Amino acid sequence: MSSPLLELRDIDLWFGRLNVLKRVSLSIHPGEIVALVGDNGAGKSSLIKVITGVHRPNRGEIRFKGEPITLHSVKKSRELGIETVYQERALADQQELWRNVFCGRELTYFGGFLDVKRQKEETRKLLREYLGFTSEAISVDSEVSVLSGGEKQGVAIARALYFNADVIMLDEPTTGLALAEQRKVLEFIREIPRKGRAAIFIDHNIFHVYDVADRFIILDKGAVAASFTREEITRDELIDRMVELHEKGAITL
Amino acid sequence: MSSGAAARRSTPHEFWSRNRVPVAITSIFVALFAVFIVANPAVFLRYDIYRSFMSTIPFFGILAIGVTFIVSLGEIDLSFPSVLGLSAWVFAVVSTTTNSFLFAFVLCLALGLALGLINGLLVAKVGIPSIVATIGTMFLWRGLVNVLVEGKGIALSNLEGTLWQDVTVGRIGGQVPMQFLWFVLLAAVFGFVYRRHRFGSQVLFVGDNEPSARMVGVRTDMIKIQCYVLMGGFAAAAGMFSLCEVGYFWPTQGEGMLLTTLAAVFIGGTSVFGGKGTMWGTVIGVLLIGSLEAGILSIGLTGFWVQFCYGLLITISVLVYAVMLKRNQ
Repeated sequence: MSSPLLELRDIDLWFGRLNVLKRVSLSIHPGEIVALVGDNGAGKSSLIKVITGVHRPNRGEIRFKGEPITLHSVKKSRELGIETVYQERALADQQELWRNVFCGRELTYFGGFLDVKRQKEETRKLLREYLGFTSEAISVDSEVSVLSGGEKQGVAIARALYFNADVIMLDEPTTGLALAEQRKVLEFIREIPRKGRAAIFIDHNIFHVYDVADRFIILDKGAVAASFTREEITRDELIDRMVELHEKGAITL
Repeated sequence: MSSGAAARRSTPHEFWSRNRVPVAITSIFVALFAVFIVANPAVFLRYDIYRSFMSTIPFFGILAIGVTFIVSLGEIDLSFPSVLGLSAWVFAVVSTTTNSFLFAFVLCLALGLALGLINGLLVAKVGIPSIVATIGTMFLWRGLVNVLVEGKGIALSNLEGTLWQDVTVGRIGGQVPMQFLWFVLLAAVFGFVYRRHRFGSQVLFVGDNEPSARMVGVRTDMIKIQCYVLMGGFAAAAGMFSLCEVGYFWPTQGEGMLLTTLAAVFIGGTSVFGGKGTMWGTVIGVLLIGSLEAGILSIGLTGFWVQFCYGLLITISVLVYAVMLKRNQ
């Protein structure tokens, strides 16, 4: 296997006296989708926030493309090539698509004035090339509020791909979506490795996770409880394994 | 990903859909002036009334530009009349003692920016809700003015006939008040910043969805602080202009501008929830509020009707916008 794109070694995170992450180690390779599974409070979102620079770990090391890195802001992680698609969908409903795609990374002339023409052209390109939008109801000037939940997630994923993210984190991207929309989002996620990128996929739904992930890491109470590749385990075995861990008290379902 | 037709370009219908609030407010403005003209052509077909509007409207119009940024953030500022008062006091004291209006304005502006910074820090860094923080500073700065001047005014006796007076509140060709040109210029520049600058774009994004803005790397605290600093600057500028127009500082300066300024911004279609607004809407809102009293009186109603008509206009405007938004959703 190729060398890891992103590697976490013995990550510890404390919120006051609460040990949220306990010596978590994991790695992700190019072209791979790794699923993080576990119940609420297992530490999935905290781990995502460590990788995106929202939280600084109290101990441990993060390596990106083999180099040790310190992440102290979302901006820094995005500059390195780590993007996140949050469950809250990092889009602003009342703003046009072209503003949403470039928010925080605006294309500007001198003095910070927006190059609106280029932003619109690039957004048009993104919608066409990454999403293949067929809907006649959508243009670059459309407000995000006119998009369906699945389309919004699609735009968020396409935005990450457009900015050449090497690792895309997906924090419960199908939550709250209708079935057809969930299918659409899973289709978007399957595209990520084909473009040579890697993804970390967090979801409660084992059926979704198993459909798209190459590797499964089970988190419980802030620690890695188990890890399997898709070859090592079937979907039913994964569910059985989680139930088994649960019965042993290692995991709460 | 799935292939398909390219996302298309926007249509005229979409342009209308995006701009219906400013179009609606402009239509209300035109309709109201048509009523005024028909009801009293002797007043509204003469230039005098418009010259009068142009001399009085810019003071709260300049404030409304700053308030548009604050409201677009989903925040509020109730302290700007007090910031105006304190900054104007500095301008009056420094200009009468040093005879340098430019120096006085630099200090007045610096104070306005500093007071805006305090508001910004209280809201963005300390985390006090803006309505609470700015009620506090509203009383604080007005109280400080009262303590400093002990009820006494300051006459700008050295202002008459100076270049500073000509540039700020003079009359071009004896007809067009300079303060109106300054207002138009500031509204145009900051209207452009609002829609076409990274700062304005991020203000709208923060006002629309602050957690999302943070997630995409926007420094939301910094954007809020910058907006309050900007508001302080506009309050100081409005203080200086109004002081130069009347040539006299009085301790209650700016007090009556709070509600009219907020009303102008809300009538102009800036969403009280943040994330939405236009500078054009604000300008029309300012013109409406600024001309309503004269219009009411000139069509034969008594002054007792003024507040009622303000209320009616504000209620109808926000009702129309609410219905439009509901339909849009």
